[in-house]
Amino acid sequence: MLGKTAGGLFWMFRYLERAENTARMIDAGLRISLTRSSAAESEWTSILSSTGLSAAYSEIHGAPDGPKVIDFLLRDPNNPGSIMAGIEAARMNARVVRTALTREVWEAVNECYMVLKRLLAQQVQDRDLPRVLQVIRQRSAFVRGALHGTMVRNHIYNFARIGTFFERADNTARILDQKYYILLPSVRLVGSPSDNVQWDTILRATSTTRAYQTLHDGEVDPKAIAKFLILDGRLPRSLAFCYGKIGDNLGYLEHEYETRHTCQSLSDALCSKFKAHDMNAIFDYGLHEFITDFLRDSAALGRQIEIDYRFIE
Amino acid sequence: MAGRPTYFDEMFGHGTAARAPYADYCDWFQHEDTARLLSKSEEAEALFRLIGVTFNVYGDPDATERLIPFDLVPRIIAAREWAKVAKGIEQRVRALNAFLHDIYHRQEIVRAGRLPAEMIARNDAFLPEMIGVSPPGDIYTHIVGTDLVRTGDDEFFVLEDNARTPSGVSYMLENRETMLHMFPELFSKIKVQSVGQYPRSLRKSLSACAPDACNGRPTIAVLTPGIHNSAYYEHAFLADQMSAELVEGHDLRVVDGRVAMRTTRGYKPIDVLYRRVDDEYLDPLNFNPDSVLGVPGIMDVYRAGGITIANAPGTGIADDKAIYSYMPDIVEFYTGEKAILQNVPTHRCSEPQALKYVLDNLADLVVKEVHGSGGYGMLVGPAASKKEIEEFRAKLEAAPGNYIAQPTLALSTVPILTDAGLAPRHVDLRPFVLVSPDRIDITPGGLTRVALTEGSLVVNSSQGGGTKDTWVLEE
Repeated sequence: MLGKTAGGLFWMFRYLERAENTARMIDAGLRISLTRSSAAESEWTSILSSTGLSAAYSEIHGAPDGPKVIDFLLRDPNNPGSIMAGIEAARMNARVVRTALTREVWEAVNECYMVLKRLLAQQVQDRDLPRVLQVIRQRSAFVRGALHGTMVRNHIYNFARIGTFFERADNTARILDQKYYILLPSVRLVGSPSDNVQWDTILRATSTTRAYQTLHDGEVDPKAIAKFLILDGRLPRSLAFCYGKIGDNLGYLEHEYETRHTCQSLSDALCSKFKAHDMNAIFDYGLHEFITDFLRDSAALGRQIEIDYRFIE
Repeated sequence: MAGRPTYFDEMFGHGTAARAPYADYCDWFQHEDTARLLSKSEEAEALFRLIGVTFNVYGDPDATERLIPFDLVPRIIAAREWAKVAKGIEQRVRALNAFLHDIYHRQEIVRAGRLPAEMIARNDAFLPEMIGVSPPGDIYTHIVGTDLVRTGDDEFFVLEDNARTPSGVSYMLENRETMLHMFPELFSKIKVQSVGQYPRSLRKSLSACAPDACNGRPTIAVLTPGIHNSAYYEHAFLADQMSAELVEGHDLRVVDGRVAMRTTRGYKPIDVLYRRVDDEYLDPLNFNPDSVLGVPGIMDVYRAGGITIANAPGTGIADDKAIYSYMPDIVEFYTGEKAILQNVPTHRCSEPQALKYVLDNLADLVVKEVHGSGGYGMLVGPAASKKEIEEFRAKLEAAPGNYIAQPTLALSTVPILTDAGLAPRHVDLRPFVLVSPDRIDITPGGLTRVALTEGSLVVNSSQGGGTKDTWVLEE
């Protein structure tokens, strides 16, 4: 397979995952603005920071304002990080790697693009927003489903999966990075309404509310939330889960190519941080520092994968 | 011209009863509901859109990806009619390859006085870099699309020999797939020769031309200018169907005397490159130095026998519109036989006598740029306004050598489905020919292009033309 094709698969699935996650964040922000309008502005600020688009937004619109932020994140042509731009980029990558995809996967991503192009042609009305967000998640899931159901489990599949998990872990980490302070054990205002909403938002932004409640008997505890999103290998959006999968997929590539690469050492080092399964150690080290380290190390891993598999010359 | 010319309709001839090849189809059609068929038409369009069978229109930012309209009434050709056409194409393609070998070697045809020397020496499509080079298997035009038009029951003319990088074969294949999907009952009733073997034949044919440097199973790659090229879909489609890699210039470099592609496991040599990039952009070291679409040094590897390039560089000389007018001589010179397929009578505007005739009769002629393609830069006299004709006259007088002129042919029609039922529209045909050292393979039928506007003779997709499935019946 061409290095460019491997890179195209990696990015196609990163973009799809990112679009889906941005939709989750908008959903969480919308929820807050509907239920606690006083907290809304800081929530939109935090969401813009998680997506890395604060500066781009404020340059055009100034202070965060719900409808403007939503439109900016969904479809603003001036925002290269919008969901629509992400889906377009995913489809463009899919066109580049078309020969590596089954017809089903290509059609799923092409249809995702066509449907959203229509839905996001104009600013979305408030009353349509929940449905549009649902369609985005659903269309992205269709692509994933086509991938699982029709693709041969070889290097092509592995590069697609690595892109998915890499982006997903990155998104979970960025959300934690914005909210770490409310998960610190030192801030003991348990039960205050403000914290409950904040915790709820973290779970909602990662679509893990229901999973968390099931596994924790409905007990909302910041430390448990942090542990859940970072260390719980059962949760498909946790850092531990994503990095376990990246390690597996790199291992399959090693097996197929009969070559072990530098990126695997970087991935192993990241995985080992989660294997200890010790939340106290993370809090002792500093949650914020832990996440900052993680974002730095995962960026380095991304660059190394690009070099090892010759995505670019 | 006096009165409205009558055109030969392939379904009804000059009468109202269906011609023999269409009898079974018309029988089926009579029992169909037009509304149902029209909704099938929409179904087909949605299908093409989903698969992404689109093309890009240059200079039209609002419609970067367009569909070529598909008409669901097939064009049907009898086995006997096709056999004669195929024989003519085969003869012509053999002659083209012999011609290319000759003009890049001893130029016997010039020595024999059958072709003026300046037709080659002063031709931009002639590549001096190819002089003395013999491509692997001595094949120059691996893939040819011979454009034909029909004017009567037994009259076919060659309009153009596309010997560089003919496109459209993916439409031929997708059109058939779509018809099979929408009208399975028709294919059980009417026996149509298959076209689906084309990608396999292409792979086989290209493999048979592998260079000496190849050991084992040839590695084939399709070279595309990239996703913004108007035919990108086809490049991806062919690579996919042949299980070949789809590469761009930046995926390739010369490594140890071979052209190699950057894979996830390092550089891997390519044996046969099916390039869909023009000669000029193929090698910035040997041709256009600004090109980023090609591979620096590929021509040196090619000349040393390290890679097969299909079609060979320099084949453009054979489908040049100025050379076209000599094709009957060329066929006779190399095959020793009269050409089976006719040429359209062609006036070379470089010749003063011809130019005078053309200028006097602009309103009745089709004038084409010698190096143009895609229906750009041509004048269709009978369809042009007085103003357009005068503007063209000025261009023609300024550079007569750039133009040839032909009479407007009474192109045959085949009905398309409109809201008001069947309506005749002009068509042409591009059959696809594969050439390898041991055989010439012609897919039965080809791509039928149809001018969707009533009375129009311009079938190019870039000018609003559509396509049809083309059926060659079993014996």
